[in-house]
Amino acid sequence: MIRTLLAAVLALTLASGLARAEAVGDILDTNKALVEHASRLTIGPVIDKLAASGDPRAETLLKAWGDKLLGLRKSDGAFVLLKRKGAAYQLTQPDGTDVGMAKRSDINILRPNAGVRRLIDGALVEFQLSSPDLKTRTEALSIIDHHPEAGQLKPLEASLKAETDPALRARKERLLRLLTIRFGENSAKRIAAINSFGADTGLDLRGTLNPLLDTHRIIAKAGEKPKGNIDRPLIPGKTITTEAAYDLLVARGEAPARQTPTARRQALEAHIEGGKVGGIPLAQLSDPEARDRAYAALEKAGQVPRAATTREVRAAVAAHDYWVVYAEADPAMTTAAKAALAKIAVKVDAMQALDLLLEALSLASIYFLAAIGLALTFGVMGVINMAHGEFIMMGAYTGYVVQQIIPNYTLSLIVALPLAFAVTFAAGVAMERLVVRHLYKRPLETLLATFGVSIALQQLAKNIFGTQARPLTSPDWLDGAWVLNDVVSISYIRIAIFVLGLVFLCLFLWVMKRTRLGLELRAVTQNPGMAASMGINPDRINMLAFGLGSGIAGSAGVALGLYAKVTSELGQDYIVQSFMTVVVGGVGNIWGTLAGAALIGSLQKGIEWLNPSNTLAAQTYMILFIILFIQVRPRGIIALKGRAAGD
Amino acid sequence: MDFLRKNPSVLWFLAILAVFTLAVTLMAPGTGSGAISTSFVKTLGKTLCLAMVALAMDLVWGYAGILSLGHMAFFAIGGYMIGMWQMYARTEEIVITSLAQSPIPPTATEIHQGIASQIFGVVGSSHMPEIWYFAHSLPAQLALVVLVPALLALVFGWLAFRSRVAGVYLSILTQAMTLALALWLFQNDSGLRGNNGLSGLQNIPGLGKVAQETLSVWFFWASALALALAYLLLAWVVSGKFGSVIRAIRDDEQRVRFLGYPVEGFKLFVFALTAVIAGIGGALYYPQAGIINPAELAPIASIYLAVWVAIGGRGRLYGAVMGAVIVSLLSSWFTGGRVPDVPLGFATIHWVDWWQVLLGLAFVLVTLFAPRGLGGLVDLVTGLHPPRRHGAALGPDSGSLQEREAQE
Amino acid sequence: MNSLLEVSGVSVSFDGFRAINNLSFQIGPAELRAVIGPNGAGKTTFMDIVTGKTRPDAGRVLFGEKSISLLKRSEAEIARIGVGRKFQRPTVFEDQTVTDNLMMALKAARGPWKVLFWRPGAAEHARVRELAARVGLAEALARKSGELSHGQKQWLEIGMLLAQEPRLLLVDEPAAGMTLAEREQTTAMLVDLAKTRAVVVVEHDMEFVRRLGCKVTVLHEGSVLAEGSIDHVTADPRVIEVYLGR
Ligand SMILES: Nc1ncnc2c1ncn2[C@@H]1O[C@H](COP(=O)(O)OP(=O)(O)OP(=O)(O)O)[C@@H](O)[C@H]1O
Ligand SMILES: [Mg+2]
Repeated sequence: MIRTLLAAVLALTLASGLARAEAVGDILDTNKALVEHASRLTIGPVIDKLAASGDPRAETLLKAWGDKLLGLRKSDGAFVLLKRKGAAYQLTQPDGTDVGMAKRSDINILRPNAGVRRLIDGALVEFQLSSPDLKTRTEALSIIDHHPEAGQLKPLEASLKAETDPALRARKERLLRLLTIRFGENSAKRIAAINSFGADTGLDLRGTLNPLLDTHRIIAKAGEKPKGNIDRPLIPGKTITTEAAYDLLVARGEAPARQTPTARRQALEAHIEGGKVGGIPLAQLSDPEARDRAYAALEKAGQVPRAATTREVRAAVAAHDYWVVYAEADPAMTTAAKAALAKIAVKVDAMQALDLLLEALSLASIYFLAAIGLALTFGVMGVINMAHGEFIMMGAYTGYVVQQIIPNYTLSLIVALPLAFAVTFAAGVAMERLVVRHLYKRPLETLLATFGVSIALQQLAKNIFGTQARPLTSPDWLDGAWVLNDVVSISYIRIAIFVLGLVFLCLFLWVMKRTRLGLELRAVTQNPGMAASMGINPDRINMLAFGLGSGIAGSAGVALGLYAKVTSELGQDYIVQSFMTVVVGGVGNIWGTLAGAALIGSLQKGIEWLNPSNTLAAQTYMILFIILFIQVRPRGIIALKGRAAGD
Repeated sequence: MDFLRKNPSVLWFLAILAVFTLAVTLMAPGTGSGAISTSFVKTLGKTLCLAMVALAMDLVWGYAGILSLGHMAFFAIGGYMIGMWQMYARTEEIVITSLAQSPIPPTATEIHQGIASQIFGVVGSSHMPEIWYFAHSLPAQLALVVLVPALLALVFGWLAFRSRVAGVYLSILTQAMTLALALWLFQNDSGLRGNNGLSGLQNIPGLGKVAQETLSVWFFWASALALALAYLLLAWVVSGKFGSVIRAIRDDEQRVRFLGYPVEGFKLFVFALTAVIAGIGGALYYPQAGIINPAELAPIASIYLAVWVAIGGRGRLYGAVMGAVIVSLLSSWFTGGRVPDVPLGFATIHWVDWWQVLLGLAFVLVTLFAPRGLGGLVDLVTGLHPPRRHGAALGPDSGSLQEREAQE
Repeated sequence: MNSLLEVSGVSVSFDGFRAINNLSFQIGPAELRAVIGPNGAGKTTFMDIVTGKTRPDAGRVLFGEKSISLLKRSEAEIARIGVGRKFQRPTVFEDQTVTDNLMMALKAARGPWKVLFWRPGAAEHARVRELAARVGLAEALARKSGELSHGQKQWLEIGMLLAQEPRLLLVDEPAAGMTLAEREQTTAMLVDLAKTRAVVVVEHDMEFVRRLGCKVTVLHEGSVLAEGSIDHVTADPRVIEVYLGR
């Protein structure tokens, strides 16, 4: 008693300097029981009181409590703040007075549970929001962002005026409006807050608006309109299935549960008497009608619980009306939220279209990259190289090996691109010399022979590198994505692949149009005899061109390896698509390949968008489309003109 | 009989097949001494089915010049069609037995649902897709073994041939068709159990009491019979003017058009006929293999088929059979891990790892240096030699025979 | 005179280039006609149109007594109706024997199903032997046609055309690469053939044309420049200007 009095006097003297301020220590003491066994449900007022005390120590105290550094001294039951000093604790009174050291065993540490801690954090937010430290303020905002609560509204508003940092101020303002939508005093303020956003596409806004439109289903007597903010009626058999409607009735305890066929069967089985159930012989019970009759008989005899028959279900359902009702009571609010969300949806759709376009573009550049080498070997030279995919794979493995030697990812990438080109150029030249050369003008044989090379290379890769995927890591600056907003974003790797595709396109055009090799190559492919008689060595030209096409495939492989994992099947995944790209685009023309890649890429994305759950189906449809497309334009999008010589 | 007299190779083939069948029967555990294992009998039976689809491939590629990379898809479709019945009927047996445990006889719906949830539980579904409508009926599914490949081949072929897609374009297109089909089957909601495929096909509904030893021999006989019939049929088809026309189409289809033959019709006929043969081959193959899944349709399988025919020597029926039998048996021997490793001192060649490399290279070599394939050996024996035409092809089309491939 | 083939107002252009320009042409059921003209005049394209290889942009092509339009028909259908064509390069099926080649060309049902069950009888063998004798290949019946000489292939192709029994025969530059003796033989053969059917011969060799002794049509830039006897057209100054040279 004396102690309480003393404390009160002490508190008074302390508080006298700070107008109306109540010492936190007192608040703690008066609510000792509540604090000691703090529960989320009851502690709220105490925490509020602490926060609103005006005592400068309040923040420290709350923080200590939340951090499990508030305790009760066992000797006298006084609240102390703890500070770890080795194995022992340094104790301070709530008002900050140092009261010496104590052992762990001398103190009862308060351990608020998660719910209580959340309340404490909420209260702390107020202090943090006006903390002089920018970082603390930012953190406080994230807390509000993730756990918005009604209590944060006032402190946030209060802290806004003093905020000096413009970015943070803007964020605070936005958060304040969001909080107002949730917890604003009255509908008018809340609606104003909603409208203030316009067609903002922020996820946080949608996250705030959507809960406003939460609904639940309710039942009413037929013909009665229920109270509450009604969204729409549900019509059994149309907008709600009869089963679901009945389940609602069952859930409200207004009807007996329907019986599952298994339960009915078990019930029947339990009442077999002399080869009969409810007077019906067992042999007849393979007929569902007979089972119904048997069960009805048992019901009548009171041997089984009443279970709804189909007819009963129908009757019960018909006796009620079903409504969808908003959790939010004010119709003006839901209307405003709906309108705002509709506006947002339009904008989001537009941006999704943009995003889809970007994705299609990126997929197209991947196909283009995979196919560009083929545009040279197959498109221009007419050699059908089934090992093209394996050249891509070889390039990707080259990239992987280079990364094992040069740990700097950027540098290794710079080395890998030309090295992969060199490696696959050599492989291509070797293959041309050894195999393809003998089979010009025999495309089907070329197909099979190069396929032989393809399976051999694939297995070789498996033998050397194993069957598991090898990582080809991209440098940091290629990680991440270019984020335009919540909807539209594109990863840097995809941009890089796009750029690389452009580079190769330019390279290809330059070689074909501006170099001697290109000129001679065109001559050789159009009329080898004539070209040879003009002093062009077709062997050399073919060899170089084939090497070039393979080299491009190899460099492309590095990029594709960055994008996907490197496995021995990497190339195989691209081969059919690549041929499709070239064929659809129109053989012998790089612009055709580009058009083919664009068509196939956007088509696949488009189908995926229509049926997002199923990329496999998308590919199926895409291939079907291509088969049909070739009906309409057998020579591809951009067809070569010309006339077969001979007749 | 005029036909057999003019085609002595048919008699030779049938005789060799008969002797082989007899030998296997005498050695099989079910009917003979048991010198070979049941699984080997199955392997041999499967090989005969592969030879059958190789025959089909030879007709379509070797004779008509259409390098189809889709015939293994038809083969797999045949397998799926028969597998659907097997799976349905087997599951029905099991479900009925288990429901018979309970005292109350099951309703038709209960049986149906039991079957559906047994079969489709793995893909998280419990209702029977529409395409299983006929699965309860063996005759219906047997008809589908023929009809589905035929219909697919007709539709696809009509589209492709009508727009005069030929040569490698057609090959790529058929490959795309195969890929599309495989991707579709890989989906769980395709109704054919996604990548789980159909399994337990070695059990034949209604023949649960017959031991696998015996069953394997029965299937071997069926495969041998089917192969013999297919060979006879195709030998007859290619022996007359029809054979002449399709070989002419292979070498120069434009010229055939100016002779008045509807080239597209012939191609379509050959494409569909061979699709049916492939389908039947598949329907006999997969019950011996025991399982079928979409991986069987991978485009690569069809390329292997072309490889067999090329190694055997295209444009001659027995060549296709030789190629298929020898390469697929070698393949299963090498990949089965029973071939001794070759120590090289610095490294050891494990054939399981290197067989594929060897096969690939062998294939390149055959294409380059022995376009007549193994069939060339037969020519050596019978003293045939190709016309001397300084290496020119026998026609302007990409499918045409090369001089070195032709027999005199 | 009622005509077997009637081409009227036909035009075709390739990517804007008019290869055939409002061409009209008629030939009777048993007539020999030579078509001449400078390179690129459209002679081969004209044949392409009649045989269904190229579809014209405008015009009519009517054939036979019933005036069947050839425009909507495929190459094979047109061939079956009775139009045969001989290419400049001999094209026979080199992997098959002379007998097979002739057998294939024999007039008979062409549908796959019919062909499948078609087996040659004694009459067919006799006809093949007769045809082979006519083109001087009686000894070579069992040989692969790929082994024949260039000239023999020409003759085999002509034999195949005869076997087809066309009512209209289009022959593109038959004399190219032939010896003098062979030319004479060819001339005789064409004249003989034209007694029972219509024959159109495209040729650059004026000597050859003169020996055919038939009506001549001169094509230039896709349309008919002049028509008449060989002496008539060679005297025409426009023909001299564009084709014969002064
Ligand atoms: N498929 C085609 N594509 C483009 N141009 C074509 C085609 N077919 C023909 N031409 C053009 O039509 C014109 C006529 O060609 P055509 O072959 O009919 O001439 P020709 O009279 O037979 O000549 P020649 O006497 O040299 O054989 C030529 O200029 C040719 O280039
Ligand atoms: Mg010409």
